Amino acid sequence: MHPAFQAILTIIIGVGGCVGYFYFSNQFLDKVVFPASGPNAGRNITRANMVRPWLFLFPALLGLTVYLAYPVVETLRLSLTERLPGGGSRFVGLANYQQMLNEPKFWEAMRNNMLWLLVVPAMSTVFGLLAAQLSDRVRWGNLAKSLIFMPMAISFVGAAVIWKLVYDTRPIDQDQIGVLNAVYLFFGGTEPQSWLTMIGPNSFLLMIVLVWIQTGFAMVILSAALRGIPEETIEAAIVDGANPFQVFFKIKVPQIMGTIVVVWTTITIVVLKVFDIVFAMTNGQWETQVLANYMYDKLFRANDWGVGSASAMIIMLLVSPILVWNVYNARKEMQ
Amino acid sequence: MSSIAGTKSSLTWAVHLSLAALVLLWLFPTVGLLVSSFRTSDQIATSGWWKAMVPSEQNQTLRTNGAQDQIQKDGLFVIEGNLFENPGKATISVWGTSSQNIDAYKAGDTAELKKEATVTVQSNGDYAMQGPEEFSGKRGQRIFVTAKSPPEFTLSNYKYVLFDPTNREGMAKAFFNTLTVTIPATIIPILVAAFAAYALAWMDFPGRALLIAAVVGLLVVPLQLALIPLLKLHNEIGIGKGYLGAWLAHTGFGLPLAIYLLRNYMVGLPRDIIENARVDGATDFQIFVKIILPLSFPALASFAIFQFLWTWNDLLIALVFLIDSTGDTTVMTKQIVELLGTRGGNWEILATSAFVSIAVPLGVFFAMQKYLVRGLLAGSVK
Repeated sequence: MHPAFQAILTIIIGVGGCVGYFYFSNQFLDKVVFPASGPNAGRNITRANMVRPWLFLFPALLGLTVYLAYPVVETLRLSLTERLPGGGSRFVGLANYQQMLNEPKFWEAMRNNMLWLLVVPAMSTVFGLLAAQLSDRVRWGNLAKSLIFMPMAISFVGAAVIWKLVYDTRPIDQDQIGVLNAVYLFFGGTEPQSWLTMIGPNSFLLMIVLVWIQTGFAMVILSAALRGIPEETIEAAIVDGANPFQVFFKIKVPQIMGTIVVVWTTITIVVLKVFDIVFAMTNGQWETQVLANYMYDKLFRANDWGVGSASAMIIMLLVSPILVWNVYNARKEMQ
Repeated sequence: MSSIAGTKSSLTWAVHLSLAALVLLWLFPTVGLLVSSFRTSDQIATSGWWKAMVPSEQNQTLRTNGAQDQIQKDGLFVIEGNLFENPGKATISVWGTSSQNIDAYKAGDTAELKKEATVTVQSNGDYAMQGPEEFSGKRGQRIFVTAKSPPEFTLSNYKYVLFDPTNREGMAKAFFNTLTVTIPATIIPILVAAFAAYALAWMDFPGRALLIAAVVGLLVVPLQLALIPLLKLHNEIGIGKGYLGAWLAHTGFGLPLAIYLLRNYMVGLPRDIIENARVDGATDFQIFVKIILPLSFPALASFAIFQFLWTWNDLLIALVFLIDSTGDTTVMTKQIVELLGTRGGNWEILATSAFVSIAVPLGVFFAMQKYLVRGLLAGSVK
């Protein structure tokens, strides 16, 4: 069968099943279980309306429970157990964590992750703010915004290929095809560098890829926030003789501080989960390991579920303050 | 605002220039890959893509024909021919016969070889080598040339990557596989989340506030946590690795954002419409399908774009839940990672494959940008 037909067939079955559930379950409720006719019509309608929310919610609740809530608990359990040869598992307490903490690769991943957490949200926010402010005033601002926003649509893997070409290296006697080396030699560099294997700078070169992707996101949100600042405050500042830089740093930035925090937090979550870029560009070699990739290595290469789960719990631990803060804010908002 | 800001014109120029610089910086890497995907592998290998529009000058080591092609003419042994495989494209400026001195002669000059032999090379690559003694050796004389080739663009990379049946690393199958993952993995979570969001926004039942808080909390759960428990679960209930597993995983992981975005939107819909419909005897199912869904189109569209981009670009879920040992269900992102490993130096293949995979999301992005931005704003700022 041609892959296209196969694809269409699978799609029809998948989507059809889902539509079918909602349609038929509601039909079933209204026509069979609590029919809205006959002697008990009124009572039946009330009852049907008590059940219906759960009919609406059921697939979502099932999905959320099975795919998000249960794995948190199960991963915690797995991180405390050890697989026995021949099947089964055994409770080992914190042994997996202990083993992980003794591994230099883990600490390398931790150190890099901390660097990523500092650099990527900071740079994305700064560039995003810069782009938002600059494009706010010019006529071709929207075009500029689209182009800076564009990398958001590109996969991390695609971005990895794009930037690998930028970082590419050729021997000194050939023309460089990577922009970075071409620029480096143009400005007086003597030897072309193989950037991705240079321990130290290489991690930053990987971070640049994510900054490049995330800046557009920061820009869009911050740009909306900048537009939301009341004109009067800015006018008042200008009347008082503030120059454009003072207007920006002393009037605008403080007013959008809340949004900056939101942007920062959202990018932080992305950073903690980032896997594809490192996986595709260096696969954690040359000391570029990060937690998510370390975890993947443990789970699927070393086949060590205990330590893999333990490192997943570390990622969970790092996002949990954000989780608590989000829930706290949401509850406050609803009251 | 720019008029009241009282800025000097010099600053306006600075703004224009810095914005232009920023845009170019952001665009440059992608353009590089796009240009590369239309160049021949020779050109990619010998000059940077930013030189693609100008004739490229490259140093090549070529060979004359071997002794088997010599003929006798006027008492001399002669070998004639053209140095290039495809003559007529490149123009030789200087050349040489030793690697120490590759620019010893101009086009048209005659160089002396060993044993009183000489060789003459013309700018189009034609050469004539002659000598009083018979030439020996199969491999011919090495000639080092510096040649200029005009810019050349080709679609053959795309032909090879997409349509060549001999290319086992082709993207055609992976393209359909990605599509098979993406379409249901976009539609199913929207349906499921829309019903749930409606329930959370407009239906009254115990525990509603708690559920909303739970959804907000689950927004940030890293999907790394889910890999092992769910892989085990999928294996136990017999789904194993395959499309169904990938759809379910994408649906599960996409749900919190979908429910959150859609609920926020639906809560803002006018209460009157819904209450009037209720009074008129419409059930919630009818209200949802006939009123809420059409009114929620902007929110549905923005989430649809997110989910589409996310599932199309995904690598991790495909690696864990979809691609089995047969490799029949491989998606494009995985295919590219493979190419990066095995053909890391073949930029024409890599660049073209990457562009095939990012063309669809880029198209969607530019067509639906308005909704994407709206969704971002609804999700992040209130």
